[in-house]
Amino acid sequence: MNKRKVCVAVSGLNNIDSPGPGIPVIRALKESAEFDVRIIGLSYENLEPGLYMHDLVDKSYSIPLPSSGMDSLLQRLAYIHSIEKLDMIIPNFDAELHSFIKLGSRLKTEFGIATFMPDLETFESRHKSVLFEFGEKNGVIVPKAKMIYTPNEIYKVGQELGYPLVVKGKYYDASIAATPEQAVNYFHKISNKWGLPIILQEFVSGNEVNVTAIGDGNGNCIGAVPMRKLYITDKGKAWAGISLLDEELIDITNRVIGNSKWRGGCELEFIKTKENKYYLLEMNPRFPAWVYLAVGCGQNHPEALVKMALGLEQKPFESYESGKLFVRYSFDQIVSLSEYEKISTLGEL
Amino acid sequence: MKLNKNIAVSENGFIFNPLSGDSFSTNPIGQEIVRLMKEGKERKEIVSALMDKYATDEATIEKDLSDFFQMLFSYQLINEHE
Repeated sequence: MNKRKVCVAVSGLNNIDSPGPGIPVIRALKESAEFDVRIIGLSYENLEPGLYMHDLVDKSYSIPLPSSGMDSLLQRLAYIHSIEKLDMIIPNFDAELHSFIKLGSRLKTEFGIATFMPDLETFESRHKSVLFEFGEKNGVIVPKAKMIYTPNEIYKVGQELGYPLVVKGKYYDASIAATPEQAVNYFHKISNKWGLPIILQEFVSGNEVNVTAIGDGNGNCIGAVPMRKLYITDKGKAWAGISLLDEELIDITNRVIGNSKWRGGCELEFIKTKENKYYLLEMNPRFPAWVYLAVGCGQNHPEALVKMALGLEQKPFESYESGKLFVRYSFDQIVSLSEYEKISTLGEL
Repeated sequence: MKLNKNIAVSENGFIFNPLSGDSFSTNPIGQEIVRLMKEGKERKEIVSALMDKYATDEATIEKDLSDFFQMLFSYQLINEHE
């Protein structure tokens, strides 16, 4: 079978100890049965490991940080497109998604570049600060949470939610505080790194289970694979995990993706209590870094995303294999100074 | 006495619960009990099979079997035990 050639730009090449999803997404696309994929890496920093993975990333370009504004991003993407003739972009950083969603229609109409993301309203509806309302709307239990801007608010909210409670950053980071003093400490630590607001969330005890899923935007969940972390790094990231056979979790995922008409990849993070109740802790609006496990279980979600973005039919996956593990490893790449120089000075590699 | 639905047991006595993601290793006697459970044997039949094979009294086997089932129950590998 002749594979269709497509050129896909992918960000999130930071395959570090707190990895971005870019490299797993690329691995999945490179294994596509339907596409012959040329990968264009989009990087924010010159030491993102994916830049130097030439067996996976065919060419890389640095792009401006989201704080530089959408105009400079669009200008840079236009330049990259003039050389590479991109068919599609898959952004993988939480912080950049807002810009890409806003630019989505211009990318399509002005350059013919496809994306496959939720609209801005749906994207914002699952934000940590309004997740409780999202849960009520979509039929899933969510721990109570409050968004705060100053540490003074901790005492009042702490009385409402009780201790321990979870202190979370807007995009990343979470710590469990057993006392108001600890909560204040985490407030400063997380806000210094990720900015405001900070979210205080009710603590729910149980096992964490996560789902990588993809929706078509019309109320259909195209695929979902649940996973439990088996080994967690000091940053709380999964270093090993195993796919689960959990019909209830799949039902909940179908409901959330269906009701919210989610368009694109996502990760749902749950706590399963001893009473077998599932609490949705977060809905991340992009594939997780462990999305390659879904490929290993028989569901190639990134490939499905490309198909839908290009307007091709993608039927929902009907099954997946449970009991499959992923085990990460670290790997030292040897990089010549000239390569580092090239990306540092020219912004291309 | 039945293991919960979808519990996978290998020939080496490695048990995997696909619902929780937990896995366990059992010793040879544990493997034997799990094998008998998978064959659909009742508790009495398991006791009898173990008595035939091991030189010990029924009370000891009953007690050890209760402990073993309690462990399977706490790991959510069976739903109930006497």
